[in-house]
Amino acid sequence: MPAMVEITNAEKTYKGGFQALKGVNLEIREGEILALLGPNGAGKTTLISTICGITMPTGGTIRVGGHDVVTEFRKARALIGLVPQELTLEPFETVWSAVRFSRGLFGAAPDEAYLDDLLKRLSLFDKKHSQLQELSGGMKRRVLIAKALSHDPKVLFLDEPTAGVDVELRRDMWEIVSALKETGVTIILTTHYIEEAEAMADRIGVISDGQLLLVEETASLMARLGKKEMRISLAEPLTEVPASVSDYELTLEEDGALLIYTYDTRAERTGIARLVAALAEAGVVISDVETRQSSLEDIFVGLVRKNDKEDAA
Amino acid sequence: MNWTAVWSIYRFEMARFVRTLLQSLISPVISTSLYFVVFGAAIGSRIDEVEGVSYGAFIVPGLIMLTVMTQAISNASFGIYFPKFIGTIYELLSAPISFLEVILGYVGAAATKSLFIGLMILLTASFFVELEVQNWPAMLAFLVLTCTSFALFGFIIGIWASNFEQLQLVPLLVVTPLVFLGGSFYSISMLPEAWQTVALFNPVVYLVSGFRWSFFGMADVPVAVSLLAIAGFTLLCTLAVWWIFRTGWRIRS
Ligand SMILES: Nc1ncnc2c1ncn2[C@@H]1O[C@H](COP(=O)(O)OP(=O)(O)OP(=O)(O)O)[C@@H](O)[C@H]1O
Ligand SMILES: [Mg+2]
Repeated sequence: MPAMVEITNAEKTYKGGFQALKGVNLEIREGEILALLGPNGAGKTTLISTICGITMPTGGTIRVGGHDVVTEFRKARALIGLVPQELTLEPFETVWSAVRFSRGLFGAAPDEAYLDDLLKRLSLFDKKHSQLQELSGGMKRRVLIAKALSHDPKVLFLDEPTAGVDVELRRDMWEIVSALKETGVTIILTTHYIEEAEAMADRIGVISDGQLLLVEETASLMARLGKKEMRISLAEPLTEVPASVSDYELTLEEDGALLIYTYDTRAERTGIARLVAALAEAGVVISDVETRQSSLEDIFVGLVRKNDKEDAA
Repeated sequence: MNWTAVWSIYRFEMARFVRTLLQSLISPVISTSLYFVVFGAAIGSRIDEVEGVSYGAFIVPGLIMLTVMTQAISNASFGIYFPKFIGTIYELLSAPISFLEVILGYVGAAATKSLFIGLMILLTASFFVELEVQNWPAMLAFLVLTCTSFALFGFIIGIWASNFEQLQLVPLLVVTPLVFLGGSFYSISMLPEAWQTVALFNPVVYLVSGFRWSFFGMADVPVAVSLLAIAGFTLLCTLAVWWIFRTGWRIRS
């Protein structure tokens, strides 16, 4: 099956000469949820904008549903719904006129039943005739989602759907997104929050400084880079790692009172049992053991740092 | 061509107009009435007739033109500037439409609004003075062309403006003076000769003159010239819009 969104060497240099995208390659599969993770100014919004037609790419090609977003923009954009980062709505319009307008703008025939159902799914139905300025921030965000979905798109872009949203509403949003996935919509969302990417996404793309550093299945990304640490507290401090266990990836910390063993959670054998046995044989007395998995945050910070170093080199 | 989208924009804009119908109508109608009181009654009582037409009736076409031009410009410029200002333009940019649909929707709505206001003023005027339109088709044609071309012009201003001051600037500095000096309240022939020549450089003179001809059968310049002038202006605006359309000037970064 061809990718729903195919981005090849996408570049964007803004008028002032600033290059916000430096050759991005990415394939987004039909029906998946992809999270784009990156710090402020990484280029997340720019990437989405070039796909959706808000700005024009200055290099490379982008296809949505097989259609080039520049040369076949009508076909490509008809497949796309976009929820922008900012809460931008006409203050004096009603929820109803706003969603009806969006549907028409995308060339879809009027369908009141579909729109009513959409409003119900987003818990907006009782606000159908309310003015947009009367709605709370969370409701406004949902109206933007309703507008984006008004023409039944195949791909939905959510630019920071949970920015400035409280914990409860954030859960709401996660539920809305997973319910949408059920209907077969491909979803691309951006976020600064790692837990969010972890909770919602099938795959995670890490973007920084206009470059896509990696794209990987959420679980395997965790596993591949998510090394686990076993922290072994010693009854008596050691001055050096015993020679009999020097094959293991061990470091001594806290003046020899803490022995840290780093291992790969995906490896067939973690070697823990043998390590403990070898330590006992060497006469090392263990007082406590604790394991820790590095979070996506650690991975992310590590990746960005590594990238900076490479740039500097 | 995505006609559904054009219709959507048009209806959305018209809904705004209908919602604020009273406000939209009240100010032009009141100011027209004031013009009648001041120019028609006070000055008119001294001028009594211009080339066989009572002064009160004489100023009606000019007044309609004055209002229609300012309304078309302000409606169209505001219509496209507002989404830019509050950020909802993202939706127009991400929709499967080209700039052409956007223009048709916004300019069409602004032209319709100003046409409607123009006709309301004609109606108001008919309460004050005895009025007879000699050539209805010509009158409507001039009115529709003026509404459309000035709505196009307003659209360009709305695209160009990057703040509210600029939005007001062109109408205030260029259009209002041209309209006031464009023979709305007097016949060009009433000016000293030197000024008559200057007046001929004012495009609005041609519009008002042609429009007045459709009412009373008299004109400062030949009707054909008036028609050419309005057609030329429409063409100019269309070319400018086409260029914006081609280059995405001030719309897509
Ligand atoms: N219209 C523009 N003109 C010039 N530079 C721009 C424009 N829009 C964005 N940029 C720059 O491009 C870079 C990427 O911006 P972008 O908005 O894509 O980042 P982001 O990853 O979405 O950040 P955030 O998390 O803060 O939303 C930034 O350095 C920004 O200043
Ligand atoms: Mg952003």
